[in-house]
Amino acid sequence: MTDHTEAITTARDEAGEARYDRTAFLVMLAILVVAPAVVYPVFLMKALCFALFACAFNLLIGFGGLLSFGHAMFLGTAGYLAAHSAKVWGFPTELAILTGMAASTVLGVFAGLLAIRRQGIYFAMITLALAQMVFFYALQAPFTGGEDGIQSVPRGKFLGMVDLTNNTAMYYFVLAIFTLGFLLVYRIIHSPFGQVLKAIRDNEPRAISLGYRTDRFKLAAFVLSAALAGLAGATKAMVFQLASLTDVHWTMSGEVVLMTLLGGLGTVFGPVVGAFVIASMEHYLSELGQWVIIVQGVIFVVCVLAFRRGIMGELEAWLRGRRK
Amino acid sequence: MFDISIPALSGQLLIGLINGSFYALLSLGLAVIFGLLNIINFTHGAQYMMGAFCAYFLLNKLGLGYWWALAIVPLAVGASGVVIERLMLSRLYKLDHLYGLLLTFGLALIIEGAFRFQFGSAGLPYAMPESLTGGFALGFMYLPGYRAWVIVASLVICLGTWFLIERTKLGAYLRAATENPTLVQAFGVNVPRMITLTYGFGVGLAALAGVFAAPIYQVSPQMGSSLIIVVFAVVVIGGMGSILGSVITGFGLGVIEGLTKYFYPEASNTVIFVIMAIVLMIRPQGLFGQR
Repeated sequence: MTDHTEAITTARDEAGEARYDRTAFLVMLAILVVAPAVVYPVFLMKALCFALFACAFNLLIGFGGLLSFGHAMFLGTAGYLAAHSAKVWGFPTELAILTGMAASTVLGVFAGLLAIRRQGIYFAMITLALAQMVFFYALQAPFTGGEDGIQSVPRGKFLGMVDLTNNTAMYYFVLAIFTLGFLLVYRIIHSPFGQVLKAIRDNEPRAISLGYRTDRFKLAAFVLSAALAGLAGATKAMVFQLASLTDVHWTMSGEVVLMTLLGGLGTVFGPVVGAFVIASMEHYLSELGQWVIIVQGVIFVVCVLAFRRGIMGELEAWLRGRRK
Repeated sequence: MFDISIPALSGQLLIGLINGSFYALLSLGLAVIFGLLNIINFTHGAQYMMGAFCAYFLLNKLGLGYWWALAIVPLAVGASGVVIERLMLSRLYKLDHLYGLLLTFGLALIIEGAFRFQFGSAGLPYAMPESLTGGFALGFMYLPGYRAWVIVASLVICLGTWFLIERTKLGAYLRAATENPTLVQAFGVNVPRMITLTYGFGVGLAALAGVFAAPIYQVSPQMGSSLIIVVFAVVVIGGMGSILGSVITGFGLGVIEGLTKYFYPEASNTVIFVIMAIVLMIRPQGLFGQR
């Protein structure tokens, strides 16, 4: 799936790559720190949650070569558990988010154990079917509130001190979570574990012949991805004070695929860029209404036919060409 | 649980068989397409929906009834499939198969979105053909004529497809091309054209299922998307290796779903996914799949 990015990473020397990534990261962070002065913070928070969600998804597809078409189940489950624990059990904000994340991690273990038994297209279909099962459960279970969802979830106070009902405070809280998640993904893909994962993606039989238990690596990647997607979902539920069926629906699973594909599969910053582009499209072009889904479909088709490296993949290829 | 009401139970079984015929027709089309193109056709649900809409137009705009629709719709929607294959899918065969999935997913979004834009989410009714409005009193239950027709017709089409692929010369070419396209092409068979027509045929099957569905369900833009996810689970359970396997799995799971609706209705939406999970644990390649 990622033959292009491979060429990019091998061509660029390791030191140069690290320097490039560090600069890009600092630029991104600087933009995000000042952004709420210009842009509506709630929109930014939504985009950040999607960006983290897409980074989690990219960990699986871009570096593990596993296309999950059911990642909404982790986003949604974590959202429901976070909302329920904050509203009904009265958990403080941090603990509610961790509860949601724990729930999606457990779900990730079970879904992962089933899904990694097949590869490629079957893997995608299995994750989609499992996510649909979670959707029907969420539709019927009493605690999720069915069509209404869990509404007016209290945002609470960070560590009992900072009042998160203030949108600016909440924004920096979300930014901190996103940054931690982003750095964790970066750490994972540059660790020995990440290297083995890439080896499995590129040639699984060879990785097996080298003595790696590839199933364990794939499961670990799946669970990590589920946990981070859960972190995004739980945070999103706290931001909007709402956990609803939208987040477990299959269209959400498709949306995260779209964000990552548009930004660049297997690139470090691509998912973030893709998430911001898609979120802006939905936010600023909301008068398009029904057209949004058609536009999304068109972006899918164009990306697959003509733009497979995505925005960041193309940009990196261009920069590499200039450096030579 | 022990005082079983025969009419209610057989009613659910009948619904199960009806759903099963749709599962069978759709998973059969998916299997045929997957065999030769190696892609999973995510647009399948949207093409099933197009079939139902096409029948609706023929009846309400052109005054052509159900029997005309049965003949015209699979050809028309199948032709649209041929265009999609020629213009887009054919560019992806050298790439990872997952790109085919992503492309067809995008197409499904476009088609469904366009229909919803045009017709809203509300369902449109399609009048049942008059010759099939009657029914049979079987003593223990009443069997509506149209439902009996759908079950029998789907069975005939499934078996016909099986015969075409497993017992005719054309089918032999097809199976050979599935195994080794380069070699078959070297023998002078036009493999690219065969691939195009196979895709058109699979899409036509989906559209035909859509025509069957039009008088039973409401004709609506989202009628395909929820169905296709269940059909994916059916395909995972059956494995796509065998034509008869898809047919048996499709009907069998429809019946199991119907039984669940009677005995434990809360689980009727999820029972197929649960079965999928169990099958993955015991026999990951699917009931009829080969490793």
